[in-house]
Amino acid sequence: MAMSPLLDDDTTLFDVNLDGTSTSEDGGYEPIPAPKTKSKKPPPYSRFTQQELPACKPIITPKLVIASFTFIAIIFVPIGIAALSASNKVVEIEERYDRECIPPIYSDHILQYIQSVGTDKTCTRRLTVPKHMKSPVFIYYQLTDFYQNYRIYKSSRSNLQLKSKADEGSELKNCGSVQTVGDEPIVPCGLVAWSMFNDTYSFSVKDKALIVNKMNIAWESDKKGRFGSDVYPKNFQAGGVIGGAKLNSSIPLSEQDDLIVWMRPAPLRNFRKLYGRIDVDLEANEEIKVEIKNNYNSYGYGGEKLLVLSTTSAFGGKSKFLGIAYLTVGGFCFLFAIVFAIIHRFKRRDIGDTAYLSWNRSPVGYYIK
Amino acid sequence: MHESSRRTRGKVRWSKLYSFSCLRPHTSDPDSAQELIGQPGFSRVVFCNEPQLHKRKPYKYTSNSVSTKKYTAVTFLPKALFEQFRRVANLYFLLTAALSITSLAPVKPLTLIGPLVFVVGISMLKEAVEDWYRFLQDLNVNNRTVKARAENGLFVDKLWREISVGDVVKVKKDEYFSSDLLLLSSSYEDGVCYVETMNLDGETSLKIKRSLEATLHLNEDAKFSVFKATTRCEDPNPSLYTFVGNLEFESKIYPLSPTQILLRDSKLRNTDYVYGAVIFSGHDTKVVRNSTMSPSKRSRLEKKMDKVIYLLFSMLLLISLVTSIGSSVVIKSDMSQWWYLSLEDSDPLFDPSNPSKSGFLQFIRALILYGYLIPISLYVSIEIVKMLQARFINKDKKMYDEATCKSVQARTSNLNEELGQVEIILSDKTGTLTCNQMEFRKCSIAGFSYGGNINEVDIAASKRMNTDSEAYRSSIDQSDTTSQSLEMSEFSVVDIIAQQAILRGHENADNSNARNSRLSDVRKESVIKGFNFRDDRLMNNQWIYRSDFFYMTMFFRVMALCHTGIPVEDGQTDKLKYEAESPEEVAFLIASQEFGFQFFQRTQSLMTLKELDPSSGKQVKREYKLLNLLEFSSSRKRMSVIVRDEDGKIYLLCKGADSIIFDRLADNGGAYLESTTSHLSNYAEDGFRTLAFAYRALELAEYEQWNSIFTQAKTTVGPEREELLEHATEMIEKELILLGVVAVEDKLQKGVLECIDKLAQAGIKIWLLTGDKKETAINIGFSCSLLRQDMKQFHVCLSKETESKKPAEVAHRHWHIQITRLVKKHTGKTTLAIGDGANDVGMIQEADIGVGISGMEGMQAVMASNFSLPQFRFLERLLIVHGHWCYKRISKMVLYSVYKNIAFGLTLFYYEILTNFSGDSLYDDWYMVVFNVFLTSMPVISLGVFEQDVSSDVCLQFPSLYRQGLRNIIFSWSRVVGWILNGIVAASVIFLANVYIFSAAAFRQEGHVADITQFGAIMYTCIIWTVNCQIALIITHFTWIQHLFIWGSVLLWYIFALAYGALPPDYSQRGFNILTESIGAAPLYWVATFLVTIAALLPYFTHIAVQSLLSPMDDHIIREMKHGKKDVTENQMWLREQRNSQRSTQVGFSARVDARIRSFKEGLSLKRISIYNKSATNTPFYKSWTSSPLFS
Repeated sequence: MAMSPLLDDDTTLFDVNLDGTSTSEDGGYEPIPAPKTKSKKPPPYSRFTQQELPACKPIITPKLVIASFTFIAIIFVPIGIAALSASNKVVEIEERYDRECIPPIYSDHILQYIQSVGTDKTCTRRLTVPKHMKSPVFIYYQLTDFYQNYRIYKSSRSNLQLKSKADEGSELKNCGSVQTVGDEPIVPCGLVAWSMFNDTYSFSVKDKALIVNKMNIAWESDKKGRFGSDVYPKNFQAGGVIGGAKLNSSIPLSEQDDLIVWMRPAPLRNFRKLYGRIDVDLEANEEIKVEIKNNYNSYGYGGEKLLVLSTTSAFGGKSKFLGIAYLTVGGFCFLFAIVFAIIHRFKRRDIGDTAYLSWNRSPVGYYIK
Repeated sequence: MHESSRRTRGKVRWSKLYSFSCLRPHTSDPDSAQELIGQPGFSRVVFCNEPQLHKRKPYKYTSNSVSTKKYTAVTFLPKALFEQFRRVANLYFLLTAALSITSLAPVKPLTLIGPLVFVVGISMLKEAVEDWYRFLQDLNVNNRTVKARAENGLFVDKLWREISVGDVVKVKKDEYFSSDLLLLSSSYEDGVCYVETMNLDGETSLKIKRSLEATLHLNEDAKFSVFKATTRCEDPNPSLYTFVGNLEFESKIYPLSPTQILLRDSKLRNTDYVYGAVIFSGHDTKVVRNSTMSPSKRSRLEKKMDKVIYLLFSMLLLISLVTSIGSSVVIKSDMSQWWYLSLEDSDPLFDPSNPSKSGFLQFIRALILYGYLIPISLYVSIEIVKMLQARFINKDKKMYDEATCKSVQARTSNLNEELGQVEIILSDKTGTLTCNQMEFRKCSIAGFSYGGNINEVDIAASKRMNTDSEAYRSSIDQSDTTSQSLEMSEFSVVDIIAQQAILRGHENADNSNARNSRLSDVRKESVIKGFNFRDDRLMNNQWIYRSDFFYMTMFFRVMALCHTGIPVEDGQTDKLKYEAESPEEVAFLIASQEFGFQFFQRTQSLMTLKELDPSSGKQVKREYKLLNLLEFSSSRKRMSVIVRDEDGKIYLLCKGADSIIFDRLADNGGAYLESTTSHLSNYAEDGFRTLAFAYRALELAEYEQWNSIFTQAKTTVGPEREELLEHATEMIEKELILLGVVAVEDKLQKGVLECIDKLAQAGIKIWLLTGDKKETAINIGFSCSLLRQDMKQFHVCLSKETESKKPAEVAHRHWHIQITRLVKKHTGKTTLAIGDGANDVGMIQEADIGVGISGMEGMQAVMASNFSLPQFRFLERLLIVHGHWCYKRISKMVLYSVYKNIAFGLTLFYYEILTNFSGDSLYDDWYMVVFNVFLTSMPVISLGVFEQDVSSDVCLQFPSLYRQGLRNIIFSWSRVVGWILNGIVAASVIFLANVYIFSAAAFRQEGHVADITQFGAIMYTCIIWTVNCQIALIITHFTWIQHLFIWGSVLLWYIFALAYGALPPDYSQRGFNILTESIGAAPLYWVATFLVTIAALLPYFTHIAVQSLLSPMDDHIIREMKHGKKDVTENQMWLREQRNSQRSTQVGFSARVDARIRSFKEGLSLKRISIYNKSATNTPFYKSWTSSPLFS
């Protein structure tokens, strides 16, 4: 205590802390604690406080390394093969129709064509079934370069309003410019609903129409929990600018499956959304005639539109990535296993090989590792 | 005696007690000081016995209650909050939390405010608890009672805090003084009292205080009814050793000096009671004023961690900048074409007409969003971890001292990991390394050395040689038999030679049993305190049968007469105890008593001995008249007494430093000089302190002539007095006859030798800071094995700034702080200072880590320290086990936290790229809240608290593992960068894999595609799995706790997702039914989690696999050895590696043993060559061959 005057000028007693914790912990004077009358007992022994709990101490040995790589390879390759074959069994038909469905005369005035109410937007495409497609065959529409995940787009909705009629006017400010018509709230409000996809498809095989089943394309939780059965569309697309689809105002939102599907924003700019289901098998080489109402303005932002028919496997739709990834990782592990085995064969290191201890490697002035 | 160490400096000088010189007032020119009274700075007025006068200004002084609290109920919140937000990281989070309320926030305010409140709340809670304990301690102190005079004239119990200035108090034996008191009278008639100031300055000795004669009579309660006096004195100040004031009593003015002042926190001893008047109270007392703020210390690792945090901040700025620029570009060019957004150009963040403004706002937003790069919970989890680590340190039974019932205390927990990086230890000597207790160990009388010649180094060396040869023998079992037999015979030769070398010098032909018992005796605790001597030739009065008993008698007389000590009755046995100026003299007196020369009485001029008479073998009482005492001084380095025995013979008995004595020998006085000198050097190498004894017989005439000169010199007043005295002593202290030398050991504390040995093996350099003279310091250096004979010695003096790399430095002439600062500045290494007394406080505060010895009762060093140990030897375990562990734990913890937050935070950034930098977050707000706070925090804490790279035994067996911390290889920049890269890789793998797996096509058999919610939840699952499996790869020590925390955290995520999803959608938002309805039922979710987790960990796993195969770390190999139980099955190898690891150690006991073995072996190989040559040339074949005609 009495020594502090010895400090030189050029040194500071108190460090400046980045974290700014108190510069003095012990706060100067400490009173002398009263002497304890009872003799202090030694700390009780327990394996916990003595840090002697039984422990498993895995160590990474060359054999363990080789074994784990091999093990991963053995697990991964079959999963990869299974995933690939599952993906291969999935039959998928992709048909891009955004260009083809513009009549040649409008090819220089695409926006005019698509925005005009009067033009006939029907377009017929014929698809050939490459392989037998077992029902259910899922129908998707796919949009590219559409940023449903763009923040101001995604959040332009009122969840309260969708859920119950009582809240029709709630959280409208989330909906930005698509809030009201006059003083009346728009139901459903916001950009998401406003820009809803509105192309329609009808299918026929050999002039016999295929029924498109729209049941269960939306999540049950949405239908039960998020979209109210007493909420009906109101003032929808009644504003100055028409966005996408119109809704039947006599059907409650909870029954508007297409809307519900659309209202689930996709995470990426290229996305598919479920349109419906065909509950009959499609035979190989059958020709499906699709009649498309090409309403949706994907031309404005330069995106593509695709129609997708696909069966599914346990792993979902057709996607080779999972299988390839499994095989790649498995393959690499196998390769590593071999490489390590070779290294181990020629540059053997036994478990606990003392030659590798730093003091045995360079006897003088060794470098501790 | 000669170097009264600092501890004894304050001790009562017993010689002065005789002359009562210590009771004479110090003449420090009191007159000039008295003139100051009334001047500024000396204006205090105290009305003794009239405390009521101090209730109003200007005499209203502060109350006697003392508060050490930092906060009060009112100031706690603002002050504690202020402290918290001085942390840069916390300030950043506060800023983001503030911004989160504005429209700029990408996430809900709760997401940002929640974790901040949690983290700051925990830290503040810790502050509050600590302050609460301080409050309780204050309460305890303030509520102590003391007898004080009440209005009615009675002395009643009063609480300390109620005592006010002017009160008269009565303090009883062994009570603490409640405030600074003016001593009025005591139970002794002369007004003397004894106080112990240990709590003030750490000195254990008693100090004498003495009241003014004028107030002596006030020694009864009743006498205070009429007592009134006024004290005028200095204002409150921190100086403990000065006091200026006077007392106006009965219209006379008496000057006061520090002798009359009793300081708060000192203790009344050996005095039944004292009366005193309160002069200073509470915060005005000298001890409170004197207390300095302990500087706050932060560990190197934490300082480096700050830099890592800065690095993360720069990363954060960089990706925010990328986001902001990207956003501006998008807004400017692409967005105008997106008709589905075109209605929203009113939003300032997406204003195509002003992209730069939008860009700036996006930048702010991004700073908030990517905040997950900064590990918000790191500081608080480190605080929790360190608190728990400190508890483990406190609870360690192996650091519990049975004798003092104290255990190690981590007084500040924020330096735990610094313990693992200590490179230089600055140690105080007395009381820290040594007990300040001398032991009589050896002596050389008339050319014979007594007390054995074996030292511990030799014993250890011989043991080692034996085990070595056994190991060698077993290892060459398989080799061809011819060489084997040769080697075996050679090694048996080694044994014999070693044995002989060890036992060389035993001219006494003891039988082998006695020899062995003597060997084993060496390490035993001596039964008699201060006497650790075994030699049958001298013990039990056997010396009388020796031919040179005259020398012996004189030798013992010097021991028994030439000193300043006094005997103290023991009461229990007929053996006496002694008090003397220095512990060495005590050791001599005890030794001479053991040899039959009991010094048992001293009067002013007479010293009485009970002597063993060699001729009769009986004890006889002899009186010696003390004629003169030529005192010891540091320049004289000797002390003499001139005595006259009962026969009238006059002797000068002298003891002193060997060089001084040897210079003053008579021509015939150095008969045994040669052998004595060789013994002397042996003793010195063993670290003993040596003194030479000599005598001279004086003729009466010669003495009287000299005595007149001497008396004249003594009575001379003036500057030439010293010179005259010097001259006079030179005249008589010559023509001496050498008797011999003694070796005393400055006894090291228990386990110090082993501890220093281990610390040296750990690569720690030990500096001994001592105020002793050079020779003593070197002695102690040898006895601690810090020095070896083959070392070059450096002597650091303060004036020279020597930056030396010598492993053990003996730095002389104290000024510890400056040395400490010098060492810190020049080496740039982590320093630890260890000491026990008030004189070490500066050093303890200045060093990176301060350690106080709490075994003694003094609290000063402990109060200033960061760790307190009951014994020096616990330093070994504290550093090598706990320090090593804590360093690794905290390092790994910080690195992992950095990794974890990058792995999580970067996925947010990647997603931003895919959303065209719109500033949206992929995860639900609650996922983000719980990530750092709940789902990943417990495994980190378990890593920080329970991780052990190797067990504590192995740490101690391989102290060189400690060098990992010295080189800081766990928290090196390459590792930091490596872990950042690992985090980037993990984030990239997780993100890309998920994007490709879940893009476009359905992810369930039911044909559903994943939306943002599901995509985010899946990605989040992958991250939780990856980071928790990653920590499982880091941890090398799994108890059930780690398993519970790691796998529990993973499980907790699913539980959380289930519980959260079960809430109504208004609350659960995007998480509604997520696990039960959508992702949980999709096999792809589980398969993808599995793939992504493995793939994200693969780079790290490959890295550690390559490392373990090609260049494993030492702890790794040792773990493997331990795993294969090789410490049991191949014990020889295990021991050999322990020794190999010490190879580069320069100092310490083992190094000394090594050096001894080396010198044996060198000698041996020379011998072997000669034997070999001889034996080869002696073989018949050789003879016949050389005698063959070919050679002729």
